Amino acid sequence: MGMTITEKIIAHHAQKERVVPGELVQVRVDLALANDITAPLAIKELKKHGIHRVFDPHKIALIADHNTPCKDIPSAENVKLMREFAREHGIPYFFEGGQVGIEHVLVPELGLVVPGDLVIGADSHTCTYGALGAFATGMGSTDIAASWVLGETWLKVPESIRFVYEGERQPFVTGKDFILYTIGQIGVEGARYCAMEFTGGAITALSMDERFTMANMAIEAGAKNGIMEPDEKTLQYVKSTGTTRQPLLYASDRDASYREVMTIDVSKIEPQVALPHLPENVRPVDSLSRIEIDQVVIGSCTNGRMEDLRMAAQVLRGRKVYPRVRVLIFPGTPKTLLEAEREGLVRIFLEAGSVIAPPSCGPCLGGHLGVLAEGERCVSTTNRNFVGRMGHVKSEVYLANPYVAASSAVLGYIASPRKL
Amino acid sequence: MHIRGKVMKYGDNIDTDVIIPARYLTSSDPLELAKHCMEDLDPTFTQRVTQETVLVAGKNFGCGSSREHAPLAIKGAGVQAVIATSFARIFYRNAINVGLPILECEEASQALEEGEEVEIDLNQGVIRSLTTGRLFQAQAFPPFLQEVIREGGLMNLVKKRVS
Repeated sequence: MGMTITEKIIAHHAQKERVVPGELVQVRVDLALANDITAPLAIKELKKHGIHRVFDPHKIALIADHNTPCKDIPSAENVKLMREFAREHGIPYFFEGGQVGIEHVLVPELGLVVPGDLVIGADSHTCTYGALGAFATGMGSTDIAASWVLGETWLKVPESIRFVYEGERQPFVTGKDFILYTIGQIGVEGARYCAMEFTGGAITALSMDERFTMANMAIEAGAKNGIMEPDEKTLQYVKSTGTTRQPLLYASDRDASYREVMTIDVSKIEPQVALPHLPENVRPVDSLSRIEIDQVVIGSCTNGRMEDLRMAAQVLRGRKVYPRVRVLIFPGTPKTLLEAEREGLVRIFLEAGSVIAPPSCGPCLGGHLGVLAEGERCVSTTNRNFVGRMGHVKSEVYLANPYVAASSAVLGYIASPRKL
Repeated sequence: MHIRGKVMKYGDNIDTDVIIPARYLTSSDPLELAKHCMEDLDPTFTQRVTQETVLVAGKNFGCGSSREHAPLAIKGAGVQAVIATSFARIFYRNAINVGLPILECEEASQALEEGEEVEIDLNQGVIRSLTTGRLFQAQAFPPFLQEVIREGGLMNLVKKRVS
């Protein structure tokens, strides 16, 4: 019996010939990251237990991206704790200020993850790096703290589900729509504890940015990781980061075992919208009645990359945001913002009447920089639309791709660019 | 180890954003977090919860964000154990790491009603309703996790390994 790409990466890091789903293994960790919400808890756990050493400071990344630029005194104290911890242990990958971006956009951009890596992060969207052909999964602060000390962690080898995407996609359909559609099909626990392996001609056709979007939302189906086999595009991307680390290219064997194989004809997928309050409540955008909105958020670890900004700008170019609507644009990293400026996108956004926010998780989790009031509705390119996620318990979040978010911003209600 | 408590019952897909909203995550103090536990789902939770509460929920409990603040908030509120049909995987790890007892048992999660008195034998994974007399058997933990639980959390095990 062959192995899946996920099993191969885990086996390699467990120094075993093979692993099988359900097996508990100890694995070596290539990178363990945490942010300004989860790192302080990890650091305090270490201190509480009198542990003052780390396994390898180069395998730790500390990214102050959630409540930054610091929204209040406790947030500032949390970042200070990270800064001091980084200094104390000589951790080079501590990011704040003009160096910080949204962690899951920043980490791949800097080449801190390469294909074949095993990465864990105290953030559920760590699964994003699966787009590079790495095994990446989210955990809590204590697990991450333990890995900082030991250089390893325990894992249960997940069963894999293979999703085969075939066909030509329609205009304004993106990787975001593939993944929303898929979550709509299998539900928010449809892949619980599993590896979601995305494959097929329509995946090969996706840009790296869209692949990141898909892998990013594997957690919204309950998955342990989302993963794609690396190809030419992946290697090109990795090369562009300037990393000197050597990628290890894995692919699933033909006789690998899957819990299930699902084939999806992408030509039948329309731009999708996930209605409140679960990411599985997806509908084709054109089937919606007129849902008026108050805010649009474009950005996040899901859709805050260059391609996403280009999609939004394509719609907003020469148009104006609907008077009642606030549009907030969150570029993923300083580099993304700089590139957007060079390409003239920043001007397009500003002339349309948008706000350009700093690279931050900001309103995605109702933290700051655009929180919703009672009864307000937001179309967001982010990943979760849970009750109270972006603010008031009676506010509503509608998840969509950047085209739909931008066209809704212009129209004042949720609609695809076809309605413009 | 035996636990006794009174059931508070919730549904499926209770996510970590409603267990503890992100606006409170600048703190990691369990008692501070407990003041806001479940408030977006059930504003009466913090008034009704006692040091003898057992939470019972449906499938995929603790889905969403990886915030360890979620099991900390539940534990800080006084909850003795969580019984669910299934747990989201990050929450499952976090609960074990912070020492919040969890039991995966579909039968119990369906049968137990709000207000029922239950007794739980954590070592055996046996749940007994003192109200109806019914017995339920939860899924056993793998040996490695039993060791983590016995040691009182992951960090104690780590400390042992490095010292």
